[in-house]
Amino acid sequence: MTTVLNVEAVNRSFGERQVLKDVSFSVGTGRLTGFVGANGAGKTTTMRIVLGVLGADSGTVSWRGAPVTRAARQSFGYMPEERGLYPKMTVGEQIVYLGRLHGLSAADARQRTTALLERLELTERAGETVEKLSLGNQQRAQIAAALVHDPELLVLDEPFSGLDPIAVEKVLAVLRERARAGAAVLFSSHQLELVERLCDDLVIIADGTIRAAGPRATLREQYTLPRYRIEVDGDAGWLRDEPGVTLTELDGAHAVFDLTPGADDQTVLRSALARGPVRAFAPVRPTLAEIFHEVIQ
Amino acid sequence: MTTFQAARLVFARELTAKLRDKAFIFSTVSFLVVLIGSIAIPAMLNGGPTRVAVVGGTSAPVLGAAALEVVEATDAAAAERLVRDGDVAAAVLPGPRVLALEEAPDEVLDALSTLPPVELLQAQPFDPVLATLVPLALAMLCYITSMLFGIQISQSVVEEKQTRIVEILVASIPVRALLAGKVAAITVLAFAQMALLVVIALIGTRVAGLDSGVIDAIRPALGWFLPFFALGFIMLATVWAAVGALAARQEDLGSTTGTVQMLILIPFFAVIFMRDNDAVLTALSYFPFSAAMAMPIRIFENDAAAWEPFLALAVLVVSAIGMLLVGARVYQGSLLRTNGKTSFLAAWRTRSTV
Repeated sequence: MTTVLNVEAVNRSFGERQVLKDVSFSVGTGRLTGFVGANGAGKTTTMRIVLGVLGADSGTVSWRGAPVTRAARQSFGYMPEERGLYPKMTVGEQIVYLGRLHGLSAADARQRTTALLERLELTERAGETVEKLSLGNQQRAQIAAALVHDPELLVLDEPFSGLDPIAVEKVLAVLRERARAGAAVLFSSHQLELVERLCDDLVIIADGTIRAAGPRATLREQYTLPRYRIEVDGDAGWLRDEPGVTLTELDGAHAVFDLTPGADDQTVLRSALARGPVRAFAPVRPTLAEIFHEVIQ
Repeated sequence: MTTFQAARLVFARELTAKLRDKAFIFSTVSFLVVLIGSIAIPAMLNGGPTRVAVVGGTSAPVLGAAALEVVEATDAAAAERLVRDGDVAAAVLPGPRVLALEEAPDEVLDALSTLPPVELLQAQPFDPVLATLVPLALAMLCYITSMLFGIQISQSVVEEKQTRIVEILVASIPVRALLAGKVAAITVLAFAQMALLVVIALIGTRVAGLDSGVIDAIRPALGWFLPFFALGFIMLATVWAAVGALAARQEDLGSTTGTVQMLILIPFFAVIFMRDNDAVLTALSYFPFSAAMAMPIRIFENDAAAWEPFLALAVLVVSAIGMLLVGARVYQGSLLRTNGKTSFLAAWRTRSTV
């Protein structure tokens, strides 16, 4: 992975209200980076600043080591939070037009539009005006509009909201394909399970500050408590008297427990085996939702 | 991609979108229908020349010279029958005596009466009624076109704002390219529509056989009208775009465009009501917002010195540049504020776009 987009110490206020405080994170090529935060945490403002639609009060956004220029931005693809295309323009023409605004030649724009609509299963709708499309199809057209010029950086604000599960898979496949081809993808989402399932990297923002950022696996490890799950034959109540163990959950043969610092999980396992068969024993990894709730406290 | 290339793409899109817009097609067609109608209907109502019966050849050449259609009748009784049947409007019997049903047509009486020769010291080359109507028609055309197309600029800006496509546009091309392309496209369309109407009007008046003296007299005024109108339109075009950007939704346009509408409406009425006051009209012909309406009137009435239109045009150029800058700044400052109406001052102070 190469880091291509660097957001460094970005601040932004609207009037008296400071919505971004020293926001820093980076996005790498070939990876899907999930941008997670509650409503009003600053996701959209950050994305707008990356796209140059909004200015930062201080701080820098750099692309491949240099401040972002208009030319660099031409290679970015953007899907804003509030969707919008020209309602009275046909889907095909609209995507060709946006491709051309991003510097494609007329022939290239047409050819890529055709291919992309095919890929998103919108070919039959190419000649219809956007206002006549169903919401789901409008959403697909919007994604096509962000992808038509083969962007090197894709910034998608809530790309999956409003999509049915089949469309989510479709769009996801297209995004992964772009990432594999070397694009950097930054997208925000409320759907934590979705982000957890598909992101390589995570950026968590709350109240305008970045609370956690990094590869998903690293974050999970970092936020893993010394917590274990065990399943035995018979009752697991004996764990209560085991040194260094604090029971958090007990349901007959099934238990979840925390270890005090210095206590060894293998000692607990041995003592369980001495009492009978052990059906399951594993560290409990936190879900993204759990990490999220912990870091935004 | 340069700003110019981006502006050209925007220009092409605006043009095709408008040319396919049903409202635009409808307005152009209805203008044409009204125009052709107003030329053709009076010409048709005129019917052919008045027919008149004549007994005894003496007055026939006089009547014929007055463009009346002369019907020879054998005697007074035959002539009377023609009048009663409605075949002719009147009959001229030897004497001369005029026979008519209810009212004798004036043309016939005029042709028969001998008037003393009149010599005009300051002859008008054309009908004085037309002399009043023609400048009025130009001012009206200018007013309607500015209003109609101006509002279309605002609507097209607010459409982009309301649908939020503006964010994608601004993320890919400079705001000024968006503004320039849009303003250029609508200006071209306004001009094309006006040129179409003027050409049809000129052809129409020729075909309908209207006084050609009028057309000759309009030509210099019309020649000047075009640059004045073009500059005047461009001057207001960015302002229309700016007030469009102040609105968040189509519904806000009524209030945000009010000021610009006044900038067109007040000068228009000032020109209409003050056109007989030389001093006021002279002032209006230099004032940038009314120059396009007032200066052609003065030229038409041979009231302006040769240098005057040039000076007025120079004033207009300077104010157009000023308004262009103001309009562009307000446009940039309000384009991305989608939460409700933006105030002029807030837009002026914001310089958030890159």
